[in-house]
Amino acid sequence: MGQYGWSLPVAASSYAGSIDFGLGLIHAAMLGIFVLWGAFFIYLLVKYRARPGVAAQREEHGSGSKGELKSLIPDIVIMTFEIALIVFYAIPVWSKIKANVPDVKDPVRVEVIGEQFGWSIHYAGPDGKLGPRKIDLVHFSNPIGLDRSDPASADDVVMGNEMRLPVNKTVLIDLMSKDVIHSFFIPEFRIKQDAVPGLKIPMWITPTKTGKFEITCAQLCGFAHSLMRGDVHVQTQEEFDAWYKSRLATIPAAAAASNPSEDF
Amino acid sequence: MSHDEHGHHKLTFWEKYIFSVDHKVIGLQYLITSFVFLLVGFGLMMLMRWQLAFPGTPIPFFGNLFPADLAPNGVMSGEFYNALGAMHGTIMVFLGVVPLAVGAYGNYVLPLQIGAPDMAFPRMNMMSYWLYLPGGALMLSSFLMPGGAAQSGWTSYPPLSIINPGQTLWLLSMVILITSSLLGAINFLVTTINMRAPGMSLWRMPVFCWAQFVTAVLLLLAFPPLEAASVLQLMDRVFHTSFYMPKDLVILGKAYAGSGGGQPLLWQHLFWFLAHPEVYVLVLPPMGIVAEIIANNTRKPLHGYKTMVFSMVAIGVMSFLVWAHHMFISGMSPALGNFFLVTTMIISVPSVAILTCLIFSLKGASIRYNVPMLFALAFLPLFGIGGLTGLPLGLTVTDIYLHDTYYVIGHFHFVVVTGSIIALMGGTYHWFPKWFGRKMNDTLGLIHFWGSTASMVGIFLPMLFMGLAGASRRLYDPTAQLHNLPVQGWNVVSTISAYLLALFQLPFIYNFFNSLFNGEKTPENPWQATTLEWACPSPPPHGNFAKTPRVYRGPYEYSVPGRKTDFWMQTDPS
Amino acid sequence: MSQTLNPAAFMNNPDTHSGVTNAKLGVWLFLASEIMLFATLFTSYIVLRMGATSWPWGWDVLNVPLATLNTVILISSSVTIVMAYAKAYDKNKSGFQGWMAATLALSFGFLVVKAFEYGAEFKLGIGPHTSVFYAIYFTMTGLHGIHILGGIAVNGGLLYMSSVKEHWENPLFLGRVEGAGLYWHFVDIVWIFLFPALYLL
Repeated sequence: MGQYGWSLPVAASSYAGSIDFGLGLIHAAMLGIFVLWGAFFIYLLVKYRARPGVAAQREEHGSGSKGELKSLIPDIVIMTFEIALIVFYAIPVWSKIKANVPDVKDPVRVEVIGEQFGWSIHYAGPDGKLGPRKIDLVHFSNPIGLDRSDPASADDVVMGNEMRLPVNKTVLIDLMSKDVIHSFFIPEFRIKQDAVPGLKIPMWITPTKTGKFEITCAQLCGFAHSLMRGDVHVQTQEEFDAWYKSRLATIPAAAAASNPSEDF
Repeated sequence: MSHDEHGHHKLTFWEKYIFSVDHKVIGLQYLITSFVFLLVGFGLMMLMRWQLAFPGTPIPFFGNLFPADLAPNGVMSGEFYNALGAMHGTIMVFLGVVPLAVGAYGNYVLPLQIGAPDMAFPRMNMMSYWLYLPGGALMLSSFLMPGGAAQSGWTSYPPLSIINPGQTLWLLSMVILITSSLLGAINFLVTTINMRAPGMSLWRMPVFCWAQFVTAVLLLLAFPPLEAASVLQLMDRVFHTSFYMPKDLVILGKAYAGSGGGQPLLWQHLFWFLAHPEVYVLVLPPMGIVAEIIANNTRKPLHGYKTMVFSMVAIGVMSFLVWAHHMFISGMSPALGNFFLVTTMIISVPSVAILTCLIFSLKGASIRYNVPMLFALAFLPLFGIGGLTGLPLGLTVTDIYLHDTYYVIGHFHFVVVTGSIIALMGGTYHWFPKWFGRKMNDTLGLIHFWGSTASMVGIFLPMLFMGLAGASRRLYDPTAQLHNLPVQGWNVVSTISAYLLALFQLPFIYNFFNSLFNGEKTPENPWQATTLEWACPSPPPHGNFAKTPRVYRGPYEYSVPGRKTDFWMQTDPS
Repeated sequence: MSQTLNPAAFMNNPDTHSGVTNAKLGVWLFLASEIMLFATLFTSYIVLRMGATSWPWGWDVLNVPLATLNTVILISSSVTIVMAYAKAYDKNKSGFQGWMAATLALSFGFLVVKAFEYGAEFKLGIGPHTSVFYAIYFTMTGLHGIHILGGIAVNGGLLYMSSVKEHWENPLFLGRVEGAGLYWHFVDIVWIFLFPALYLL
């Protein structure tokens, strides 16, 4: 639990740093603005308190007057800061994280499917192909309705509330939901994305630290919303491969799994 | 002089106090009702805050009063928590702050400030209140229905809102409340456009009137889309259409029976198209109140009156173009995110301009520190925090992390509570002498002021810290998620502050009712103000002004050199 | 209402800041909000249609001849209400009542035709739940129908008021007819958009 504290959790993905940079920069700026402004405010409050015999001073009005222009200074400062933030930070980083999925060789390919109240993680396996899912195959033993009779599903693994990822390797995720809107949130990865039923939303992560982190749901999804959580284990490639092999070994024959009535 | 002397017949009790068509009585009806709703909404939150600070422990004193399905053994259930959350938001926004800011202050003060005898449509005004009250009662009554109140947040995102209980009544009451505020908006606009006293040109209107005017435009144009969206959601619930329901939903293991083919994100777009202008509906009238109080107590003209007015109009226009900054990570196209990022940063410009003008108004002033002024001054830095914390939320990249965390809750409560509600409380102290011809007690006012502001900061500042640590909002049991554990202490701080805030409202409530009868009697213009509401008796009689006032100058002619008094009323011919 | 307020003076007085009477300005603002209401529904229609995998041609599944008949009926009713206003302007009471009655008859005619359309669809087991197309069709035409009912109430009220001397001679009466006419034209225009959007495109 060492990674959690009073401030930002440990940064454990490739783009966590750039989000933290923005958070730090903006909060420093906010604090600066607030302190400067506050000091000026208190100065005014003290200096211009009502005193007997001292009348209020009216300002000269008129367009372009000095006072009028001075009051635009804070606006100009803040606007410049905001424009710089947008142009040099927000738009480029946003397009890196959300708008584009990186073109990497041999990524880990995963489907994450939210439901009340848990996450299913569906690995495409070494063939890189996600097996097809069919709604009429959905069953509590097969919560995502994976069609095991399809050859693409042969090396697929489905996990409930547990995700394992190899470190320093990009994972491409298709995010989906079976019922209501959920939100896939891993604080340490600084990734958050709503899972919307009817949409398949692409996202990507490159974990940079090994360890156990937390997957949560960040969008109200029903009475047990707060219990909708899982763990993500970031491991070395070797550990991950070994784990994947051991999971594959537990999968029953494809034909049997395709027919839910024979499951139990 | 009483209006009865003008030859009116004596009004019955019902005509005078219940089904009154007098804007002042309706304003006070709104005032009392919305304060009660604010207390109710706050009460719901105090229950939730217990669960958040001490999850799984029975609610003290009240726990066993709730039916076992809501709170088994006095411990709040997840369903009950969600219902309280949804109702807290709905009540505070639609039944508390907006009716207080617009229905109460707008109704009472706007016609007086523009020198009108009443609203343009007095009977419509009455209808507006008499739709608001039953609409609110219907909303509250949903707690008593089987299945309980709505449980999908005040945002009511489908598909959750379609499958959760309680939502139908929520939608019906929303339609009633929307109708009420549409009637009000039309009335305010026509009154401001047509009923101004001779000489009261637009550029002589006090900032408060401008704020109400822009607010009314927002209400008029932003609410119908929510009405349409609510009708569609009602259809989904009652007639099993699929406007918001996509194909192939599997809910708790069962396939959903509807035809599918709808889009959940459509609701979010329609909802936020209303709800972002709604934020400015919550904020603009309080800004107007702050401007009035500051002008009056600095004894000098407001700095940049026209800048403020233009900024308000700019905010009004821009507020229709920023809605999807609530939806950066909702799954809408990321390219749209960039567009709304830019519009959001643009809308911050006029907001900063207004705050700057208000602060610069202090320069060269002779600041009179009375209770309303303290509230108005507290508004500036605290609303400032609310505005500044909007920056990382409005920026797409940092919003990825902060979205749906306590940071958001902290941000908008700084805006609405330490901003709007603080200003609205100040407004009560400011206009109380006009409403009742008596003054509220200053000592109790000071206790109320310092207690309230301190405990408000105590509630909402911890939320910013929790948000930065990644604590999600709307969690029934925050301790169920590991990363929330280190910041759980902040929840306790927040909860204790909330109970303190409740405690500090007692002097206010006592002060209000006691001053009604025992307060120090005040003359017509106790604050030596310049605007028109102070040019008629306190309380103003039916028809407000003995004869139609004539307006000779702008609203804030204080400390004009060469005059005997430091205020020059708008109606003063010399 | 038994109270007489000063605002009554404003109601009668066209000499306002804007030069428009309160009532007329109020109706215009109300229509502005109505435009937002229907614009939202049309936007939803476009969004849902663009996102749909399949969308039937209104031409194929709805009764275009009946809807065309209804279009003609509504346009005629817009003409008759203008005539009613013209007669009220001329202080011709029987003329006003005749044209207003015609307007009401046409409005009822519209609803009867609509009822036949709905009836035929329900008989086939088609309802708002059938598909998103039918959902938007029933919602929009239904909401439009409710607006027609509202118009009937207002127009019927005016017809009744014209028979009461006190109301007929009230200087506000003409303004009321004008307001009703504005509203009725709006309802008509909504249909002019609905008809092609649902039936033809």
